[in-house]
Parts: sequence; structure tokens; C-alpha cells
Amino acid sequence: MAPPASRRTGYSRKAQYSVFTGYLLAALGAVLGLVLLGLSWVRPHAFAPLRGMVSSISAPAGEASAVTRSGTQSVWSTVTGFWQAGSQNAGLREELEIARIRIAEADAVAAENARLKDLLGLAKDEVKPVAVTRLVGSSAASARRYAYLSIGRRQGLTPGMPVVSDKGVIGRVLEVTRSASRVLLLTDTESVLPVRRAGDDVVAFAEGRGDGLLKIKLINLGLNPLKKGDLMVTSGAGGYFRPGVAVAVVTELTSDGALARLVAEPSATNFVTVEPIYEAVAVAAAQTPPERELADPAAGE
Amino acid sequence: MEQLNPRARSDRYGSRINRTQSPWRALAVPYASIAFASFAPTLLLADLMPLVPPLGFMMLLGWRIMRPGLLPVWVGAPLGAFDDLLSGQPFGSAILMWSLAMIGLEMLEARFPWRGFWQDWFTAALAIVIYLLATAAVSGATLATPLLMAMVPQALLAILLYPFIARVVAGLDRFRLTRTRRLA
Repeated sequence: MAPPASRRTGYSRKAQYSVFTGYLLAALGAVLGLVLLGLSWVRPHAFAPLRGMVSSISAPAGEASAVTRSGTQSVWSTVTGFWQAGSQNAGLREELEIARIRIAEADAVAAENARLKDLLGLAKDEVKPVAVTRLVGSSAASARRYAYLSIGRRQGLTPGMPVVSDKGVIGRVLEVTRSASRVLLLTDTESVLPVRRAGDDVVAFAEGRGDGLLKIKLINLGLNPLKKGDLMVTSGAGGYFRPGVAVAVVTELTSDGALARLVAEPSATNFVTVEPIYEAVAVAAAQTPPERELADPAAGE
Repeated sequence: MEQLNPRARSDRYGSRINRTQSPWRALAVPYASIAFASFAPTLLLADLMPLVPPLGFMMLLGWRIMRPGLLPVWVGAPLGAFDDLLSGQPFGSAILMWSLAMIGLEMLEARFPWRGFWQDWFTAALAIVIYLLATAAVSGATLATPLLMAMVPQALLAILLYPFIARVVAGLDRFRLTRTRRLA
């Protein structure tokens, strides 16, 4: 491609000045970008209202694509299901037998649980969800893993609220504007979630690695008690998540813990539930500096 | 004449008689296409790793390389600001990178005025790889080996997608200059 003639200014003062101004503006744009980038580093949520405005404008398109996504998923699962029908049928029948036995066992455990809770006088109500919605999009081209919701402060969302699907933890609400919010997914490298092994009390942190796996870091070092196939659930530490929600399944052991695969992949979920912060008082207390007294739960904000 | 050749009085942009190009379309198409390319990746749900190429930046590269002189040099700042609001990057990152890319391509063009497509593809590939590394560095993510390994497929996909983007830009350019406005 030939270079455009417009850059060759000749003796025209006007052309010379306009080319020079163009370069000047470009350099100023770069400097402005650098300044804004620095500002975003210092105050990450400074531009949240602007972002929220744009994402609430684009939310309808996201809703449409979310509906299409779940539609294509069901088509695909129908096709694959057709091919695997025979072997799957036999496998499922076997699983059903085992599951029936387990249900009977679980009933017994539940009955005993209720009895023990009555004994202790503990009656924890079921968690009432703040909202049920779809994930309308994500930061698919960026190195960070965010998802977007088309609901926000108007529906009662606040930063820190857990986002779960029917299978397990998706992430937590990071940034809320009037009618849009941003969710930090578990796979993001800055996401850390306290977990324990389902069934016993091996406690650990689940950190995102950025490539879809979670790194399970044990708190008590020593012999690694984890095994392949162990299910990690939320421990409730930190006060954001209620305990006992499935997070990940261990797939590979490492020297200080394990690598685990997500139980609830956000792209495979249809609807997600935003839950209230489990122990709001504990979260507020953790955010209150020790010099200040914890007067009421709202004082920590 | 039309009986011999129906396209005798028209060129690739349509009939030359009583038709002219629409100034609105000629001006808006590059900017609208770049803004739409910035927006498109947010509709996809990449939950495990970065997967979708930075389409907005690639569209900017496409217009800049295929049609030099059409976009002003300073256009990286406003278009980058729009991209920043959608991409999940900290605000300012695309303003900086896109401005630097525009200045860099301007300098490159002063050095190599005549280029072929392979050379352009190489330039675009280099720009994309540098852009992906730089955006990951400023995104606030912890740069460890797993994340960098996860970004390799994204970079390869982006590089292989550039010729397609170039075709899209060429098609959009034809659409941009189609003679649609009827002269009274």
C-alpha cells in the first residue's frame, strides 16, 4: 500500500501545523492514558460508575447471548447424549443403585443432625437469595477473569456478596453500580477463597491460577493428606461464604497442596444466585481498624 | 450500452451516474466497527482462561495498516477509552497502549513506506503479542507461568485471525465507499 500523500506537507503551513498537532495529540493521549492507568491502580473502583453505565447499556445484548448460550449447550448435550446413550444407561443404572443407598444414609444423618441441632438450640434459617440472574458477559479478552451481571444496587447487591450456581461457587461480587455489577470469578489470579475438604477439617486456601485450575494451598503444612478426587467446599472462614458449598475437585497433587478443577464452571451454568454475605458482622469487624470500636455492623463500611 | 454490459457505468462502489457516497457512512464505519469489535468479546463467557483475541485492538490495527491516513494518529485515546470500559482492564490501559500503537505504526510507516501483506501480517502479529503481554502486565493479575501458558493459545488465535480481520476491513471499506446517496 502506498503511503498517503497527506503526510507530505510541502510548503503549506496549514498542512504542517495539522500534522504536527496530530502527533502532539497522540502523544498527549498516551500521557493521559498513563495518568489514568496510574489512577486506576491507586483507586481501582474510581471508574466504576462509567463502567457500570456502559455495561448497563450493553446488558440487553448480554441477556440475549446468555439465552443463546444455554440454548446451544442443550443442543450440544442432546447430540453427545445420543452417541453415549447405551454405555451411559448402564452406568447410570449402577449409579442409581448406589445413590438410593446413600439417600437412605443421608436421611438418617439429616435426622440425627436435626436432633443434635435441637439439642443445641441452633436453628439456622435457610439462606434467602438476594437475586437470581444470568451472567451476561465476561472479560473474555483480558488476563483478568470477571463476569458481568445486569443487576446492581437497585436490586440490593453490595460488594462481597457470594455468587453461586446450583452446583457450587462461581465467585463474588466485586463492583456494584446502580443496575450493573462485576463478579470476580474463582479462576482469577487475585481470587482467594478459604476452603476445607468435605467430610473432615483439612483447611486450605483455593487460589486462582489464571489457566482454569485452582491451586489448593494447605494451611497446616506437613504430610499432604489430600487425594485425587477429594471435594473441597467453602469453610465459611472470612464470613463471606456460607460453609459447605462445593468449590472444586482435586485433580493433581503438588508438594504444598493440590491443583483442583472447578465444580461449577460459569460458562456451563444457566442461572446464578447472589446470596447475602454470610456473617456481615464478622466481615465488618475484620474491616474495622483496631483503634476504632465496632459499634454496629454498618460502621465497618 | 447497458445491454452490452450492465456494469458499464459503474465501478466497484456502484453506479457512477446520479449517485454519490454518503459522508456519514464514510466517516462512521471505521469507528463503529472498532467500537463493535471492542464490545463483541464481552458477550462471550470465557471463565477459565483468556481465550478471545483482543478484537478491538485488532480491528484498529486492521484499519490503520490497510488504510493508512484514514484514522488520525490521536484516535487511540478515545477508542481506547471505550475499550477500557468494557474489557475488564484498569481504565487507561487501552488509552495508553492504543495511542502508543498508533504512534509506533506511524513511525514504522515512515521507515517502510511500501509494504506487502506478509510484512503487514508480521507487523500486526508483533503488535498483538506485545499488546497481550503489556495488557496482562498492567491488568493487576499475578503473572505466573500458568497464566502465561494459558495466554499462548489466545495469542496464536489472534495472529491467525489477522488475515480474516484484514478481509473484514477491506469489505467494510467497500461498504463505506458505496455510492448510495442519490443526487437530485
